[in-house]
Amino acid sequence: MSGSTTYQSPRTAVSNPPVTPVAAGFGEADLIRRSATSDLPPPQRQLTPVAKLIDVSKCIGCKACQSACIEWNDTKPDIGSNHGIYDNPRDLTENMFTLMRFTEWVNPETDNLEWLIRKDGCMHCSDPGCLRACPAPGAIVQYTNGIVDFIHENCIGCGYCVKGCPFNIPRISKADHRSYKCTLCSDRVAVGQGPACAKACPTQAIVFGTKEDMKRHAEGRIADLKSRGYANAGLYDPPGVGGTHVMYVLHHNDKPNIYAGLPENPRISPIVQTWKGVTKYVGLAAMGFLAAGSLIHGVFARPNRVTEEDDEHGERLVEGKPVPPPKPETYPDGGERA
Amino acid sequence: MVERIQPGDVIHPGKPSTVGRYGPLARLNHWVTAASLILLALSGLALFTPSLYWLTGLFGGGQNTRALHPWIGVLLFVSFFIFFFQLWRANLPQRVDWVWLSKIKDVVGGHEERLPELGKYNAGQKFIFWSMAGLILVLIVSGVLIWEQYFADYVDIPVRRIAVITHSIAAVLAICVFILHVYAGIWTRGTLRAMTRGDVTAGWAWRHHRKWLRDIAAQKRVDPAE
Repeated sequence: MSGSTTYQSPRTAVSNPPVTPVAAGFGEADLIRRSATSDLPPPQRQLTPVAKLIDVSKCIGCKACQSACIEWNDTKPDIGSNHGIYDNPRDLTENMFTLMRFTEWVNPETDNLEWLIRKDGCMHCSDPGCLRACPAPGAIVQYTNGIVDFIHENCIGCGYCVKGCPFNIPRISKADHRSYKCTLCSDRVAVGQGPACAKACPTQAIVFGTKEDMKRHAEGRIADLKSRGYANAGLYDPPGVGGTHVMYVLHHNDKPNIYAGLPENPRISPIVQTWKGVTKYVGLAAMGFLAAGSLIHGVFARPNRVTEEDDEHGERLVEGKPVPPPKPETYPDGGERA
Repeated sequence: MVERIQPGDVIHPGKPSTVGRYGPLARLNHWVTAASLILLALSGLALFTPSLYWLTGLFGGGQNTRALHPWIGVLLFVSFFIFFFQLWRANLPQRVDWVWLSKIKDVVGGHEERLPELGKYNAGQKFIFWSMAGLILVLIVSGVLIWEQYFADYVDIPVRRIAVITHSIAAVLAICVFILHVYAGIWTRGTLRAMTRGDVTAGWAWRHHRKWLRDIAAQKRVDPAE
């Protein structure tokens, strides 16, 4: 057996890395989708689907995940300014792939103030809208383990991924005009490590493993939350995008919107689907039909030529000699001849 | 009121006699419009469908295509609308246009003798003119809305989604109108010289725009240099 076929997806983020170098366990041969590519060879094996589970109820808002993300990805976010809120920076950027979004919410049932902290970032949709919208071959790829990754050398900076994403995640760099987002630490996962944010999380609010394990782990957490009075606790794994490889445990899963606008039923916008679907095919057909029609008419129909009679009448007219009178419908507006 | 004769529409007596249709600056501007429209179609189609992505090679790769396309769009917008303001009065619709359109079979069949006498533009030319004007307006507005580099921070994503599909549909229609325009100019022999040398023969004018020729002749608008 070759080394690549023995690759095992990491089942946790807490294990420490081996001291010997490890070759990447998956790569281009494991793509299930590649942007703007119709002839992608089917993958020869199926990697175990992985997932990151973010338990919002366990998050203490320490931002260790943000720091770990910056450190691992070697991004250099600008030093921001204090706007009187905890969100820092204020939004995702091309240098900040994940962001703690803080919401102060008064629960109308209990009149308690609840501090909701959601770690925002790419959800790694099973049906990624960014990939569907991308016009550049190979700029966005999806591996059989569910990770959606941007291949920056193929990115052209058009911003179509931004229009395709139901979660408003990709950010285009003003410096190199390429799109950036969370990679689910695909480079770490490829060598058996969990994502940096999960590794750094001090409360294990972020855990990582196979999607199956993560769903099972979530069940336990949800049962616990329900026993503590959170009747609507649940798992956020939205079916509108085929499920996601980043999931949330929410104490109020009946209203995901209260967590800094987490969409209730995210899906690829029908406008984007129409643009990338019927518009493309009908458009190409219309242009092709017209071009072919012109060509056929040009080859088979007689060209519209000026006759000798036309030339003769034209010359007589400009010389001021008599020519046939105007046809009756020539001045239907009743206007006088100029 | 429709402008029947435009400045520069004068007779140049000779063998054959010719009639001026477009001055040198109008022609130069027309070719700027034409070139930018072709470049826009090529770069736009490259991003419209993956099967034509290879066209980005003509512009030096995907990044350059993405960067150049909007600027060429600005150029097209400016040059087209300079042209627009020179021509719009001569392109206002008239009742005779409906007569011409009702005989579209004779137009396509080349039976010019069954058609009414026309001024400087026929209904087909007017259609090209107004549809291009409308489409280019839609394209420049929707194009600015999806110009990632400069305008992304000012446009909400739902608006950008509507803009991008509008831009695609308008571009497809503009390319269709462009094909019609070019084909009509080629199929109607003797037309292209109006955009190269700037004039047409008196015979061509008699055949296709007889009312225009009669108006010019009646005014004795002869090139003073001849």
